[in-house]
Amino acid sequence: MISPAVVLGASFGYLLLLFAIAAWGDRRAAEGRSLIDNAAVYALSWGVYCTAWTYFGSVGRAATSGVWFLPIYLGPMLAMLLAWIVLRKMVRISRVYRITSIADFVASRYGKSPLLAALVTLITVIGIVPYIALQLKAASAGFHLLTGAPGSAPAAAWWRDGVFYVALALAAFAIMFGARHLDLAERHEGMVAAIAFESVVKLAAFLAVGAFVTWGLFDGMDDIWAQARTVPELSALFRLDGGGEPFAYAEWFSLTILSMLSVLLLPRQFQVMVVECVNERRIRRAAWLFPAYLLAINIFVLPIAVGGLLVFGPGAADAETFVLSLPLSQGAAAIALLAYIGGLSAVTGMLIVETVAVSTMVCNDLVMPSLLRLDRFGNRAGGDLTRLLLNIRRVAIIAVLMLGYLYFRIAGEAYALVSIGLISFAAVAQFAPALFGGMYWRGATWAGAFGGLLGGFAVWAYTLMLPSVAKSGWLPIGLVEHGPFGIELLKPERLFGLTGLDSLTHSLFWSLLVNVGLYVGLSLARAPAAREASQALLFVDVFRRGGAEPVFWRGRARLDDLKALARRFLGAARAAAIFEEEARGFGPPTPERVADARLVDRVERQIAGAVGAASARVIVASVVQEEPLTVDDVLEILEEASQLRGYARALEEASAELRAANEQLKTLDQLKDDFVSSVTHELRTPLTSIRALSELLLDAPELGPAQREEFLQIIVAEAERLSRLVNQVLDLAKIEAGGAEWNWTEVDLRALVTEAARATSELFRERGAAVALDLPDTVPALRADADRLMQVMQNLLSNAAKFAPRQGGRVEIALREEGDGLVVSVRDNGPGVAPEDRAGIFEKFRQGGDEATRPPGTGLGLSISRQIVEHLGGKMWVESEPGRGACFAFRLPLHPEREPHERESADR
Amino acid sequence: MKGARRPRTAVLIALCGAGLALVNFPLLALWDGDATILGLPLLPVALFLIWGGLIAALALASEGGEGGAGQGGEEP
Repeated sequence: MISPAVVLGASFGYLLLLFAIAAWGDRRAAEGRSLIDNAAVYALSWGVYCTAWTYFGSVGRAATSGVWFLPIYLGPMLAMLLAWIVLRKMVRISRVYRITSIADFVASRYGKSPLLAALVTLITVIGIVPYIALQLKAASAGFHLLTGAPGSAPAAAWWRDGVFYVALALAAFAIMFGARHLDLAERHEGMVAAIAFESVVKLAAFLAVGAFVTWGLFDGMDDIWAQARTVPELSALFRLDGGGEPFAYAEWFSLTILSMLSVLLLPRQFQVMVVECVNERRIRRAAWLFPAYLLAINIFVLPIAVGGLLVFGPGAADAETFVLSLPLSQGAAAIALLAYIGGLSAVTGMLIVETVAVSTMVCNDLVMPSLLRLDRFGNRAGGDLTRLLLNIRRVAIIAVLMLGYLYFRIAGEAYALVSIGLISFAAVAQFAPALFGGMYWRGATWAGAFGGLLGGFAVWAYTLMLPSVAKSGWLPIGLVEHGPFGIELLKPERLFGLTGLDSLTHSLFWSLLVNVGLYVGLSLARAPAAREASQALLFVDVFRRGGAEPVFWRGRARLDDLKALARRFLGAARAAAIFEEEARGFGPPTPERVADARLVDRVERQIAGAVGAASARVIVASVVQEEPLTVDDVLEILEEASQLRGYARALEEASAELRAANEQLKTLDQLKDDFVSSVTHELRTPLTSIRALSELLLDAPELGPAQREEFLQIIVAEAERLSRLVNQVLDLAKIEAGGAEWNWTEVDLRALVTEAARATSELFRERGAAVALDLPDTVPALRADADRLMQVMQNLLSNAAKFAPRQGGRVEIALREEGDGLVVSVRDNGPGVAPEDRAGIFEKFRQGGDEATRPPGTGLGLSISRQIVEHLGGKMWVESEPGRGACFAFRLPLHPEREPHERESADR
Repeated sequence: MKGARRPRTAVLIALCGAGLALVNFPLLALWDGDATILGLPLLPVALFLIWGGLIAALALASEGGEGGAGQGGEEP
């Protein structure tokens, strides 16, 4: 036993820690450094799926029926396999259309219907309140067990009941971190951070208890199993038909499907997965981290259950509290307290998120529509309603929690944990056809969704809720056993005489059959109205729209009215921000101060974030003159939008082309500038030396003839260099402009190469470089301009001579016949060409190597050579590895294609 | 770049189908037997192994990044 003071102290200490973490998360979010934008934290927040039901109920279930606790976790595993497809679409839709709850999602899809939103909210509240009661019951039972109070009944009056204060503290938490300010995206980062922390705590605590039982009380899992084998009742737990009855495959299957749906549809799951999603890309990793979390928290369920049965003996103790009673019975008070804190974290996590989610629905979809109907409320024009909205939400949080507490006080003893949980699961499963169908089926209508939900819910209430109420003793049990008025065919658990199914499968089958049947049947019976059709398009094609979205609205709206509306529901600051942003994006408002459809849509969407899509629709409709749309209008608007998208794309492409052309012009302009400055620089060097030497000759008549001749020789050489440069520039300009004259003849390339090598042999001799010729005996003649080719060869060879090292220089000239062309290569063993220079080496005035060390040259030779080769129909390239020499090569075709045309132009 | 690291729709649906089949009738009956694995009963061990296998397969499909653009569903 542990003293109540210690347990209460630890519990409230734990709650304080939660407050601190949530406050930290909110602060980080305000600073823009989100704690929860991270796949692991995101996945841990999904762990709110594991409630007290997992923590205590799974062990209880395993102790009575073996592996039957598993389908509830295998279902989520299967659902997560599709998370990237389905959940991501839900997140995207909710993000784009500012959807903040399941009721909002469903109502928004079917034409923003307030009625549908109210129905979904009602189903949720009725289905979830018992589930909330169940959590409180678990906390209470654990507390009593730990402190040794007799029984698990809430014996004390409510004001002395610790659970009541826990519920109050949680309400305070939910109000502080779930409804402190009106967040338009309904995101609560602090709350999510706290929930993720709670997931860590409950996992750690459960694993600690599991390890304590498995290795503290027994000698590992195989020891537990070995001992269990000897007890027939226990060894049966590990077989499917252990209980002697045939295995209920149908129930197993329906549990799998049920939990598969619930993991996406429970209000708290929708809240943490969809509404609180910071970044939809996180789904990719979270989708497998979450099932891994579930696996980890379930690994010790069977060992604890069987271990407990072995320690206490079958039937001697309540298996649902084995997590607490096992350590306690062994005197391990610390482990028991840790286990209790773990259970408390499971309880509080569920309660916090569920109440925030449900209170959002109650406020937006039950209270707001009623308020909007009141004339008095409508007349309070101009007032800021954000405070009122928050207060409604806070009251709703307290109301939901107190409703749960009340249910727990009244019906706390009625049912085992597991069955209450499953009743809730089956209730939210009714949302599946309308919600998933609406995401993928354009033809689904409001009538189908409403009829399906109502029918499914009615059947659920009749076949599942009613029997549970009757079995609790609040209705005559005869209703269940003999049917209403004794009509056997209407027996709630044997509807129309259907037998052979357990009550859950039976209810799930009938309710979903009616639900889907009405949903599909009514949808097919009548074509969707304009608003349904437009919303269907927005939902189903959410991934197809890039930016330019169609706005399904026509009418007239005064800007001032819209502004006043935004101020009322969003607060002055947010409203001002919207209209400022609007003015920045689309210019100042028109003089008539009329708002266009896009602005109306934008304001409505923002308000929807605060009060839900259905209420926002009603609110906006009250201040604008709206033209009712027909289905044809919807199609027309869609057409316009897609045309607009087409125009936008074409415009984008055109401007991209323009941008590219402009870039090219800029580059060319830059090249021209470079060219001019390079030419002038190259011209100035010889000119400077000619001028200096000429002036010297003029000013110094006493100079000796030898000296004079030397100077004159330099002047002549520099003048030659000058004219060579000018010729080359002119030559290049001529070739580029296409004005050069080409003299096409039969050329023997072998002879030409040999001649070029001979003509440049003096250069190589001066440099001390060896020249090796590798030529075939004969090559076919080709048609080309022999003089130009000689120019190319001499340029390549003089380049090679310049770059060959002074010691051991070696140049290889090769000629090969390749295909229908001839390839000439000139390889040196100089420094080579760096990869970054290779592309530019054929450009004008681009010279290889370092400016300081490279040999002098005009920088035009290679450029001219390549122009010539290309003009002759060939191509020129360079292969090189830095430090291992360079190989310049060109290939000429034997039969150039452009020659006849050339000749014509040359003749002219 | 945009298409990199996104699981392929078809692979995910196939995995989900495989998972649904592996943990339900009639395959479920295959894991039901008196045999033991490392001293543990077959049925729970098999279910946990299938579970772990599905997680590993999903992790591989999600993180492997072999899914090319255009195959990731409806997104352009």
